[in-house]
Amino acid sequence: MLNQLTISELTARLARREVSAREATQACLDRIAAVDGRVHAFISHDAADALAQADAADKLIAQGGNGASRPLLGVPIAIKDVLCVKNQPLNCASKILGKFISPYDATAIEKLKAAGAIVFGRLNMDEFAMGSSTENSAFGTTKNPWDLSRIPGGSSGGSAAAVAADEAIASLGTDTGGSIRQPAALCGCVGLKPTYGRISRYGLVAFASSLDQIGPFTKDVRDSATMLGVMSGVDPRDSTSVPQRVPDYTAALDGNIKGLKLGLPKEYMIGGLDPEVKAAVDAAVKQLEKLGAEIVEISLPHTDHAVAVYYIIATAECSANLARFDGIRYCARVDGADPIELYSKTRGAGFGPEVKRRIILGTYVLSSGYYDAYYLRAQKVRTLIRNDFLKAYEKVDAIVTPTTPTAAFKIGEKSDDPLQMYLSDIFTISCNLAGIPGLSLPCGFTKNPKLPIGLQLLGKPFGEEAILKIAHAYEQSTPWHKEKPAL
Amino acid sequence: MKPETRNPKLPRTAADFDAKYTAHLARLALTPDEEKKLGAQLGQILGYVEKLKQVDVTGVEPTAHAVPMVNITRADEVRPSLPHDEALRNAPKQAGGLFIVPKIVE
Repeated sequence: MLNQLTISELTARLARREVSAREATQACLDRIAAVDGRVHAFISHDAADALAQADAADKLIAQGGNGASRPLLGVPIAIKDVLCVKNQPLNCASKILGKFISPYDATAIEKLKAAGAIVFGRLNMDEFAMGSSTENSAFGTTKNPWDLSRIPGGSSGGSAAAVAADEAIASLGTDTGGSIRQPAALCGCVGLKPTYGRISRYGLVAFASSLDQIGPFTKDVRDSATMLGVMSGVDPRDSTSVPQRVPDYTAALDGNIKGLKLGLPKEYMIGGLDPEVKAAVDAAVKQLEKLGAEIVEISLPHTDHAVAVYYIIATAECSANLARFDGIRYCARVDGADPIELYSKTRGAGFGPEVKRRIILGTYVLSSGYYDAYYLRAQKVRTLIRNDFLKAYEKVDAIVTPTTPTAAFKIGEKSDDPLQMYLSDIFTISCNLAGIPGLSLPCGFTKNPKLPIGLQLLGKPFGEEAILKIAHAYEQSTPWHKEKPAL
Repeated sequence: MKPETRNPKLPRTAADFDAKYTAHLARLALTPDEEKKLGAQLGQILGYVEKLKQVDVTGVEPTAHAVPMVNITRADEVRPSLPHDEALRNAPKQAGGLFIVPKIVE
């Protein structure tokens, strides 16, 4: 079945003219028709547009257009509903945007299109990327393809579920505190959050501007490297994108990790870590050692403060960023007697509970008299967290941790307790605060029910090559990435 | 209109978080139920973040961005921008090439 292929498998078959991009796209659309009623990874998708792009790709392939400059030619890739795709709807899984249609492409989307990808679909997520379960979507909850009574993780839950259920060859998500790595772990795919500034954020609806990054969900590590290479690079339209050389990330995947030093942070082996998750991660560390890596215990002493720092900085930035949703230039407007009443009513009717909670918290920590006590102090502790990592990287090439403390939890289990939900992000949050790259890949399953477990690799700033190399060596020596959910 | 100032009788602690006043600052209409629920939940979350007060931050510089870059400018050149009708495409109300809003000045 073509929809089950990886990017490298599909592009090889397209190059040999064994299959067409139209057939591959149709296979994904058929799969969506067959399973998405149960999984609900997509908010919507435009089948006619996807097939038209596929026909254009087939024409290019016939002309020999699938060279090195178009590494994704004919590959259907689905998109999280937070990235602008020209002439397609954009809702951020919120009611507030109404019938918004994107007037332009995000830079990451432009680059995917230039590389030949068939960009399709609006993937479900937590509203404005705020959440860890997709339960905060105004369009209904996405289900975990491994167990439909469980959450797929979030906020990029639709992106993870679509790839795990073979409804797309790959997808895009975004990660502010773990929103790529956590759902990738819970759905059993490879999720990569690049270094802050590696991929332009132009055309990404901002949640927390100093933490947000775009990244790929893929079925294996090679595909992750391919997509990272396509999307990376400085962009004059995002002044925080970094003018750092973009290497051929796939060239790093040589399987040789002999002598690489991997740090195990002692602070991550905490109470609350599920025994099956711990056993799988311990076994993965042994496997990495067997492959020639050297394991070193390290300390990240400010780990315990990361969640508190995150929920001050992220909410402060979101309260400012979401001010633009006021019902003037766009949004489903609710009229008022004056502009202030119009803003308040529009926002009160349009935003869901978690978004309101975070806007209020962010407004509070930035308000007069509280700025120094909360926001400024959090930014200082953020420095200490980043310094912990920089110090550790003097001794090690990468850091290994569980991605999540537990496998996927039940729908509804944590939705009434925001603080418990926030604490489920404990292993992924520091990475965004430090601005470093992080990758999650499958490292086993729980027994009953059978649910995926994720291994997280954290790299040096712009050290994506090293974590992709380590992830690839591990993946190729283990069977986990070949397993599929029974849907 | 909501109150323009904070209730001075309320002490400035997390436990007495003033949801109504903060919602007004955020231009966010809350129902009385939402106000009550948010007040309790945010009191709990603010209680949790209080732990940052234990950290010694003497002499530590704040981090605003993980990869600090300064004075990023672009070339001062005229470039194509979003066409007028495209910019107005998602407007809730428009007329004569303008966004229509309620009366602002009496």
